[in-house]
Amino acid sequence: MPETLIEARDLTLAHGSRAAIRQVDFAITRSEIVTLVGPNGSGKSTLVKGLIGALPATSGTVSRADGLNIGYVPQNLQFDSFFPLTVRDFLCLPQRQSKADIAAALSNAGVPGLERRQLSALSGGQLQRVMLARALMMRPDILILDEPTQGLDQPGAAAFYQQIAHVRDDLGCAVLMVSHDLHVVMAASDRVLCLNGYICCQGAPEVVQSAPEYRALFGDGSAGAFALYRHAYDHAHEPNGHA
Amino acid sequence: MLDDFLVRAGLAGIGTALAAAPLGCFVVWRRMAYFSDATAHAAILGVALSLSLQGPIILGVLSTALVMAFVVQALVGNGLAQDTSLGVLAHSALAVGLVAVSFLTGVRVDLMGYLFGDILAVTRTDLALIWGGALAVVGLMAWRWQRLLTATLNPDLAQASGISARVEGMILMLSLALTVAVAIKAVGALLIGALLVIPPAAARPLVRTPVSMALVTAGVGVTAALGGLLCSLNFDTPTGPSIVCVAASMFLISLLASRVFKRALAQG
Repeated sequence: MPETLIEARDLTLAHGSRAAIRQVDFAITRSEIVTLVGPNGSGKSTLVKGLIGALPATSGTVSRADGLNIGYVPQNLQFDSFFPLTVRDFLCLPQRQSKADIAAALSNAGVPGLERRQLSALSGGQLQRVMLARALMMRPDILILDEPTQGLDQPGAAAFYQQIAHVRDDLGCAVLMVSHDLHVVMAASDRVLCLNGYICCQGAPEVVQSAPEYRALFGDGSAGAFALYRHAYDHAHEPNGHA
Repeated sequence: MLDDFLVRAGLAGIGTALAAAPLGCFVVWRRMAYFSDATAHAAILGVALSLSLQGPIILGVLSTALVMAFVVQALVGNGLAQDTSLGVLAHSALAVGLVAVSFLTGVRVDLMGYLFGDILAVTRTDLALIWGGALAVVGLMAWRWQRLLTATLNPDLAQASGISARVEGMILMLSLALTVAVAIKAVGALLIGALLVIPPAAARPLVRTPVSMALVTAGVGVTAALGGLLCSLNFDTPTGPSIVCVAASMFLISLLASRVFKRALAQG
């Protein structure tokens, strides 16, 4: 029985008076890759906030393993232009890191030598990689990525997913990813959860076709990292019922 | 040395500027300018309270500032208080305080001193309180620095690392109340907000990291405090506003200098 890292039971989370997710049961175990999909407003980010403890449960429980190290990559990083922050400063939040470790982390993330750049001056792709580098420096038991490929073009997204698969293999950490793209998820996902205010379905990603046109687009380097997960909306998502 | 009122005034100005520097940076980064105004304005209510209860002024100021800070924090946390509500609170706090002071019959109150500061009348006891408070604020900020930065950058990111954004917010509220209590003697309730916001704004174009911003802010604040004191002596102007005027001039110079420098850089 693999170790359970985070478990939610009968979890209901609300924004204001409106319940964003209702009665969700969820668990993720070590070195498992789970992808959370669902349309906009389906409560994906809300569930993630609940799992990391940023949003108190309206009802139900969330339990995290003792001393769990979470490497979190937020959906975006908006901050005031009066906030000066170099990449090095960012990688030192919340724990100070040595220069050598920072250089190595940036290099591993594919963005070497950015230490002295302002965080606000990075491109979308660079910022994603720097945020990933920061999360990995925490030696996480679980990596949580909220829409990590937002702002990346498709080859960039493909490369990013491939890197996540490597990270899991290298560190043995669990990975929880949020995506609003129902069609493209990692073939490496062990489980895909479809959320629409509740978990409407879940299971192993069903590889419907090998999609040669995608491979052509992403290049041979991404072979195997991608597959079409043809979930689409082939079943109705009723507001409070079941699929 | 402390017998000289000028030396005491100078030291009071330096202490106030040092307390305001790191906190002011967070006020700017978190866009809490109105927030700090509301807290500072509530200090007048604290003055009225202290006078009517015949207690020490600093205690009244500290406690009302603390209450106001946490009330505002709770409202903001609930998503109730945005720009307008904060404005309502800030100005109402001041008005209620002024009305409360006017009810105090039989007490001669130098209201101007509390509104605009009275740094030339700083006593040894005041000085001890100012420096005690300033060291407490700076110590608190230094202790929580990394955690405060993380929570300021992104509350969820902080939470995922086991840092409670709520606790760090409360640390800032406590520091804000302390700073208000420290600064009321030097610049007065009306201009504490200016002392919190203008020096970091002046420092921003010159720095690239949070730590250097806090340090340059402290430098700007101390220069403004001492410069304002000198202006006030030479031109017989009110000291608190003079300090803020010097800070504002430094902001303007820093802004222009960075523009010119950037243009020069762009032209090679």
